[in-house]
Amino acid sequence: MPNKITFFITAILALTAAICAMRLRNPVHCALSAALAFAGLAAVYLELDAQFVAFAQLLVYVGAISILALFAVLLTRGMEVGPGAAIASRSWLTGIAIAIATLAVIAGPIYASSISFNLPTDSVVAPVHSIGQDLMSRYLLPLETIGLMLTAALIGAAVIASPDLITKTARHKAPAREPQKAEPILASTT
Amino acid sequence: MTPLSHYLILSALLFAIGFAGAVTRRNAVIVLLGIEFMLNAANLNFIAFWRYGDPSTSPTGVMVVMFSIAIAAAEAAVGLALIIAVYRHRKTVQIEQMDTLKG
Repeated sequence: MPNKITFFITAILALTAAICAMRLRNPVHCALSAALAFAGLAAVYLELDAQFVAFAQLLVYVGAISILALFAVLLTRGMEVGPGAAIASRSWLTGIAIAIATLAVIAGPIYASSISFNLPTDSVVAPVHSIGQDLMSRYLLPLETIGLMLTAALIGAAVIASPDLITKTARHKAPAREPQKAEPILASTT
Repeated sequence: MTPLSHYLILSALLFAIGFAGAVTRRNAVIVLLGIEFMLNAANLNFIAFWRYGDPSTSPTGVMVVMFSIAIAAAEAAVGLALIIAVYRHRKTVQIEQMDTLKG
């Protein structure tokens, strides 16, 4: 049941954690406050009566994606900037200006629209039972495609990040095989 | 009761914050975190419109967000694997130094 006080508490938490995730200097602190922002967003989903989405968000975003980001930060150490160096690129002011312009473009029509913003009288519920039924009947093709895509993505990520890939491609680049292959071709054409 | 516009403004603010971070930061992992914030903002928009919309019992908004979360997880995995591979090759995660394709 959306309540104003709980909405403002969770919204301020999520927004503050998001701003900290984008502004802190240490990338470990950024990843941890991003996890806090995702948890705050899961609380917002709970207010919107989407319980399954809230727990999926906790499992996937807080439990997997934030941990992945932490692993990536910990595996790429040695590149932290010093206390006086810049964390932002040279054109950071242009980036912030474009972000504010994007916010104005999105928020402008929200305030200018004439649709009713109130909660409908009948409550919309999505019990896990009906989600499961829809997944197996109406959304079967997207479900199978997502399974295939997740398999391909994770196998690809494991192959890309493995340390053997670079040494194997370096070995294949060796030109020792080419002089042996050239002679039979010339012999057959003459 | 909070009106729908509050959730939409929250989603727009999250999108702008994620976009500012993705465009501004030099560390590639933080850029990916900004992209994840943008995806989260879109998910919040879907759920808000589903909740405040037509009072039917079909969980269409929930289904779209479920698939979006799955795709975001796969994209984060592949993106971070690419960052690790680039770091192993070039010893840097600053995006300003990843400016050439020549190995």
